[in-house]
Amino acid sequence: MSKRKVKETHMPVGECISQVQMILRERFCHQRLPEKPVGMESQHKHLLELLRRTAVHGESNSVLIVGPRGSGKTMLLNCVLRELLEVKDVNKNVLPVHLNGLLQTDDRIALKEITRQLNLENVVGDKVFGSFAENLAFLLEALKKGDRSSSRPVLFILDEFDLFAHHKNQTLLYNLLDVSQSAQAPVAVIGLTCRLDVLELLEKRVKSRFSHRQIHLLSSLSFIQYLDNVRSQLSLPQDFPDTKFYDEWNDSIKTLCEDQLVVDVLQSHYNSSKDFRSLHLLLMLALSRVSASKPAIKPTDLLEASRVCMVDSKANILHGLSILELCLIIAMKHLNDIYEGEPFNFQMVHNEFKKFLQRKSHSIHNFDKPVVIKAFEHLQQLELIKSMDSSTAKIQKEYQLMKLLLDHSQIMEALQKYPQCPTDVKQWAMSAFG
Amino acid sequence: MAAQLQHLGYEDEKLQRVMERLPCRDVQASMLLALMGEQCSYPSIFIYGHRATGKSHVIHTLLKELELPYATVSCVECVSVGLLFEQVLLSLFGSDSASLLSRSPSLSDFVRVYKQLCVQASAKQTRYIVLDRAELLRDMEANLLPAFLRLQELVEDNVTVILLSEIVWDKFRPNTGCFEPLLLHFPDYSKGELQQILSEDSHPSYSPELYSAFINILLGVFYSVCRDLRELRHLAALHFSKFVEPLEQGKESDTHKLWRNIEPHLKKAMQTVYLREVSSVQWEQQLQMEEKEAGVVRGLSAHAHVELPYYSKFLLIAAYLASYNPARTDKRFFLKHHGKIKKTNFLKKHEKTSNHLLGPKPFPLDRLLAIFYSVVDSRVAPTASVFCQISSLVTLQLLNQVGHDDQLDAPKYKCAVSLDFILTISRCVYPMLYCPLVTDWNHCQTPASAAL
Repeated sequence: MSKRKVKETHMPVGECISQVQMILRERFCHQRLPEKPVGMESQHKHLLELLRRTAVHGESNSVLIVGPRGSGKTMLLNCVLRELLEVKDVNKNVLPVHLNGLLQTDDRIALKEITRQLNLENVVGDKVFGSFAENLAFLLEALKKGDRSSSRPVLFILDEFDLFAHHKNQTLLYNLLDVSQSAQAPVAVIGLTCRLDVLELLEKRVKSRFSHRQIHLLSSLSFIQYLDNVRSQLSLPQDFPDTKFYDEWNDSIKTLCEDQLVVDVLQSHYNSSKDFRSLHLLLMLALSRVSASKPAIKPTDLLEASRVCMVDSKANILHGLSILELCLIIAMKHLNDIYEGEPFNFQMVHNEFKKFLQRKSHSIHNFDKPVVIKAFEHLQQLELIKSMDSSTAKIQKEYQLMKLLLDHSQIMEALQKYPQCPTDVKQWAMSAFG
Repeated sequence: MAAQLQHLGYEDEKLQRVMERLPCRDVQASMLLALMGEQCSYPSIFIYGHRATGKSHVIHTLLKELELPYATVSCVECVSVGLLFEQVLLSLFGSDSASLLSRSPSLSDFVRVYKQLCVQASAKQTRYIVLDRAELLRDMEANLLPAFLRLQELVEDNVTVILLSEIVWDKFRPNTGCFEPLLLHFPDYSKGELQQILSEDSHPSYSPELYSAFINILLGVFYSVCRDLRELRHLAALHFSKFVEPLEQGKESDTHKLWRNIEPHLKKAMQTVYLREVSSVQWEQQLQMEEKEAGVVRGLSAHAHVELPYYSKFLLIAAYLASYNPARTDKRFFLKHHGKIKKTNFLKKHEKTSNHLLGPKPFPLDRLLAIFYSVVDSRVAPTASVFCQISSLVTLQLLNQVGHDDQLDAPKYKCAVSLDFILTISRCVYPMLYCPLVTDWNHCQTPASAAL
């Protein structure tokens, strides 16, 4: 650490804000790795120890990291890898191979990818192998160092591990785990998955070769820890050039996190999901409202961001329907109430609508049947109603059975917010017997 | 509003120009710009809203005017995944990049080639990939949607994927979850906003006030049925000439009288052009011919103008009666001397369910012929010509054959036409009587009612 005091630089507000945006966006959008992952110390230690044994001592291992979406599996793995590769010996020796279940949908593609990542394309050349196992053995053989006694350790990282289990015969998994059990070459097989029941997906021979070592990332943060995490996520790092702005910003974040409104918003978010990804989404929305004219995050920003996150999308879509379509939805709601959720067809809905027009309506015009059918089909396109049977049986479209994919409360709420809704329509919706 | 976006580094006049081209969409445009930011943005953004609410328009205007690197693909055009990949690479990296992809590329190939091209041309600014009609991605390969949502992570490049769709995000989510994108809603236009936007394309030779009065009238007729901006613009373009016709001819200039002139036309348009029964070209021809001869508008749906042979009409009427009346009532309707029909418990329970609501029921061929012989007004011999008329009705899709094709001895059919069509036919067949048979049956749905 230099003894010389860092010269205090003052930048204009606009530039400071750009810097702040860049730093924070890298954290929220580009998943920049934190110094130390929060709330997973024991898992971090466990994984680091395991991989060190493979990298340094040449011991083969297999492990599964299991946790729901957004709980930090990739973040944990990358932090561990970063720490591992800081050691110079390890850095020169270890070969990481990253495979992803979404991209490598076939074992053949996976094998080509492994070959490419191990930089052995030239070595393999045009060779034709009889089986997957032969190919893999050849690759691992090629990694042996000069004296043929030891081979470079390979870390196979399998993202979306459960998707690999759907390949034919699970050959890739079988062979990788086979290699990790036999003493051919030091490999570590690390799988990341979001499914808790991933072991049920594996075949018996594959499961027996797996070491059954699982690291669970079920986020166990308490609310206080969650608040601390929010504060540290929003704070600027030490090396920010403008110290005055740095102090101002961090102080404002501190007061922000103590504000009751903000605490309530964060509590409701914490109650619905504790994972990092949804937190990053919320903070990103709040961050987008920061600009040169408003260089701090206010509690209203967070409130607005929370509102955007928690909005019901179907209610938004209902807001934009025409009056005729809304009346059809109310007619369907009444049918659902009377017949307790049994499927209906267009004729029944039209009948209900005509009853309303005859008895109660003053403001709705009596539209022709084809116009009403067009409105009905529009609702079908928006996927607010769905056909019950997907068979292509020749039933006329007016008689095809449908069901409504909206809830009673959603419809009533949407009616409250509907702009310039005629009163007779509202009363019809609220009446019990249609 | 421009002050808010100043820090993003775009020139003021560019922003001004952009905002002028996006009427009534300032809030959404500024929110998008703020989210897009200067350097990097969230990996995936999902924009949803009704049709013609300006989703594609706003995004494309922003990306083009502000000269950001982007690739836009409409998923309707991508019958195969390879087309999607090719188009993205072409737009982002130039014309020789797509040749690096193999014949039918997989997602793995695409990511590999993208990474390769990235190394040569690294992104200082965020690249944007816009996928329009994204709901069709769900029907393509299962790994495509989750991969695009986290494309930034997979290719390790500063790229943001923007998905545009009419359908809400809840319907997109795969079973085991995926990377959740940022959801943005484009609300529908209010009536005032629609008026404002529609009034913008006024005809140069007429005053804007006249045009806005016309738009007001149009909205008054169509707003309760349709809020789609595109459809309303189409209707406005079609009807404006008719609206100003009296003005041109020098007859009227009062808006009220012009309205009275145009209103029946708008009402007729709702039955034809709005339903696309008649194309706009046909409609315009119709309007021109109006003065000379009053012709009936020939719609697209076959039912308006299909001409059937004499016995086919009777067969169709018989089929309708067979489909919509239960078999036990045949005795009462068609025989001269019939007894009473007792009402059983079953009938009492199901009294309310009208056949008109549930749809046509299948009936065997024998029953059709029995009703046919009692309905037709002359003696008909059971020749092959009568039977082959039944087959041609099936080909015309006026009858549907139910059951297997192989069943030759007792085929079953179902009537596939509506009551209106039958009434039209029966009017030709029974000109004197106006078909009391069919109207009678229309009312007597339950056999116990109607004391015959």
